[in-house]
Amino acid sequence: MTIAEDPATTSPGYKWVGTRMIRPDGFEKVTGRARFGADIKLNGMLYGHVLRSPHAHAKIVSIDTSEAEKMAGVRAVITGADFPDPSGPAGDQDLQRNVIAREKALYEGHVIAAVAAQTRAQAKAAAEAIKVVYEVLPHVMTVDEAMAPGAPLLHPKLMTKGVDPAPTEPSNVASRAVYQGGDLDLGFAESDVVVEGTFTTKPVHQGYIEPHAAVADTTPNGRTTLWCSSQGHFTMRSLSAKVLGWEPSKLKVIPAEIGGGFGGKTTIYLEPLAVRLSQKAGRPVKLVMSRDEVFRATGPASGTKIVGKLGFKNDGTMVAGELWMAYEAGAFAGSPAGAGSMTALAPYTVPNFLIEGFDVVVNKPKVAAYRAPGAPMSSFAVESLIDEAAKKLGMDPIDIRLKNAVTEGCQATYGPKFPRIGFVETLEAIKNHPNYKIPLGPNQGRGVASGFWFNAGLNSSATVHVNEDGNVIVVTGSPDIGGSRASMALMAAEEFGIDAARIQPVVGDTESVGYNDQTGGSRTTLATGAAVIEACRKVIADLRGRAAKQWDVSLDKVEWVDGQAQHVEGTQPPLSLADLAKGWNRTGGPLTASAALNARGVGSAFSTQVVDLEVDPDTGHVTVLRYLTAQDAGRAIHPSYVEGQLQGGVVQGLGWALNEEYIFDRNGKMENPGFLDYRIPVASDLPMIDTIVVEVPNPGHPYGVRGVGEVGIVPPLAAVANAVDDAVSRRIHDLPLSPVRILDAIINKDS
Amino acid sequence: MSRIQVSCTVNGDPVDFLCDADGSLLNTLRDELGLTGIKEGCGTGDCGACSILMDDQLHCACLIFAPEATGTTITTVEGLADGDHLTPLQECFLEGAALQCGICTPGFLVAATALLKHNPNPTETEIRYALAGNLCRCTGYDKIVRAVREAAAQMREASA
Repeated sequence: MTIAEDPATTSPGYKWVGTRMIRPDGFEKVTGRARFGADIKLNGMLYGHVLRSPHAHAKIVSIDTSEAEKMAGVRAVITGADFPDPSGPAGDQDLQRNVIAREKALYEGHVIAAVAAQTRAQAKAAAEAIKVVYEVLPHVMTVDEAMAPGAPLLHPKLMTKGVDPAPTEPSNVASRAVYQGGDLDLGFAESDVVVEGTFTTKPVHQGYIEPHAAVADTTPNGRTTLWCSSQGHFTMRSLSAKVLGWEPSKLKVIPAEIGGGFGGKTTIYLEPLAVRLSQKAGRPVKLVMSRDEVFRATGPASGTKIVGKLGFKNDGTMVAGELWMAYEAGAFAGSPAGAGSMTALAPYTVPNFLIEGFDVVVNKPKVAAYRAPGAPMSSFAVESLIDEAAKKLGMDPIDIRLKNAVTEGCQATYGPKFPRIGFVETLEAIKNHPNYKIPLGPNQGRGVASGFWFNAGLNSSATVHVNEDGNVIVVTGSPDIGGSRASMALMAAEEFGIDAARIQPVVGDTESVGYNDQTGGSRTTLATGAAVIEACRKVIADLRGRAAKQWDVSLDKVEWVDGQAQHVEGTQPPLSLADLAKGWNRTGGPLTASAALNARGVGSAFSTQVVDLEVDPDTGHVTVLRYLTAQDAGRAIHPSYVEGQLQGGVVQGLGWALNEEYIFDRNGKMENPGFLDYRIPVASDLPMIDTIVVEVPNPGHPYGVRGVGEVGIVPPLAAVANAVDDAVSRRIHDLPLSPVRILDAIINKDS
Repeated sequence: MSRIQVSCTVNGDPVDFLCDADGSLLNTLRDELGLTGIKEGCGTGDCGACSILMDDQLHCACLIFAPEATGTTITTVEGLADGDHLTPLQECFLEGAALQCGICTPGFLVAATALLKHNPNPTETEIRYALAGNLCRCTGYDKIVRAVREAAAQMREASA
């Protein structure tokens, strides 16, 4: 359900924005015609296979590829030595060493070498024939192990940033982020109720169904074309060029359709390997990961340990908050500890707080962004503690959040003041919904949680062409990961005042449109959409000028209404887009314009969710009975795909809360690298996911858009834990809330 | 290793291909016949992205050796529509925004086709269990379940 089922009817003036057009790429995607990364096939193409480290931490003593090179069908073998020395001045050490190991393997699955051969079987056999001598080193797998005195070090020169005085000895702590305000001691002294606890979460994978794939074709003169599925082909170009030691312009990246990303396809893995293999073999090379490789070697989200303490007055006012948070980065620095710190208390006005976030390297795959990276974990701690405080104070969980919710003008704990936001509206929407009042039975519980996430702006470009028949092509460089072609078409249709079916949205390659940052940070409809709107407005200004020329009147006599130029006094018959396109020979040539921008005026995203669930007291199994999410979308351009983002975020959060976790054996090897043992939610695990699309327009966007992609995954972790506590009176601080863990809590309570 | 010649019917056309004895039907359909609408999400039968109908039974093509296709009739996502005339399931997936990235969509469409052949009036629970072997990470399944329910209703109405 949506409050505004069809926002077009509630937003006077909009004809296309807020409607539910069929996505322009839909036919291809329901008929199997859409070409994803692994579907690309070129003449003469070789198949690659990657050799990976079987050890969590090991010195690479030697690599002997001589046998592999002589095997049937083998055309190229590469190792780290085939790439520029990353310690050079232009090097990006961590990026390069994560793509292919050099001195050490830092996690099980770390790339050691790669082979290209005529068949998959030949490539695999040759990779297995490469002789690697390892000296196995002691490994650290958790933040506790990595931060312990005397812990084995992953990087002998890693000095913690953000501590004063600066450390003199290396450690596994890459950095410390701090956000503070007020007087913490005073805040806790003033508190009537203090709640505290230590929370842990496990690494979880983005779980996109399409494994990574790349096809590279390098010509002898050095021009290279790369096909890959990613969240941003311009980023793939610049990152790959860095690892190859090339200028980015030497690479052309053509985006394949992307089969899910959720942040996990914002960096490179196979791309530079495919290029180097192709260069060496003189033939196109295709590399595709197996699911096992995706799990072992591509970025999961951080495992975390968070120690939290909140203080409240008797009326529910939050007066103090303290958080110590350590995030696993995997093998290289770069966990979202900073973002987790910024978002942890951001939904609330708390005068006295100290938030510390530590970025800690461990012998696991390097983490990658995962939908609102860093926020779900810190929110799990904070929203669990708020729930506990509400119970102690005898308050409704929505009321305690309303009491402390940030509104326009409030200063966020991470610094800036909020513009117009819709957090309170999400809380009220849940409170007023019938789901919130349904009586619960035995062993059933209800849990509420809220969440905050940023919207990214970054860089976007768009080019808009009018065809000679008056139809419009909209070219952007933002991969369409969940319906953005439709939102681009709707916004362009709104601008031109023509049927959205006459707009053809295109995702152009790196040589066909200006630079675009990635489809990530909830930014595409917001930021790339702003570029599309600006380019459309330029074309419309041009069209008005052409009409003025044709009528021999001044520009101010021409207005653009419903897809045509009209004389303000009605003294000329209107000129449609098609009329003006037909006449472009006489009025100044083809009609096209581009826009490029750093998106400004980005909004903030808030979500409040409530889950009802039932715990089986004999098995600890949780059945989700109903789920309701309310999120501020600013303005839903295509309501169905907005709802889809809300629902998808919730279900990923449910998987994180209930089932999903990386399990490692004592040697640091992943024990569940497949969908059978790493179990993401399936259809029969779930009820319908009810949505309320709240629309508090973002004042910084022409149509009021807020990014909607990410914040939905923030609340479910705590919402589920709060509901389990409500059902069985047991607060569990450790995820996932698997049957074993819940049963253990029930049994221990009874004893 | 000598290759094996296989004859079967795929999407209505008689086809012959050569395959390795241990080659998977998934790779063969994709590489030899160019039917890349069938996707590999896991290669272990856990995700359903390579769902096909083989003699009207739902299978994961990744779990079948290519020579096992001999003499069978196979339908893939490419064989569902009649030219540009989509099936009610395909139409309902589009109308209901039941896909986001679209990688799992071919498998869901084939699995749902199999369900509706055997059970033209499934309950929500029956739909959820019938599709439990197909993973979707984008949608949370809500709009997929609704699309299948709607397609079933349309198909019942059309045949009434």
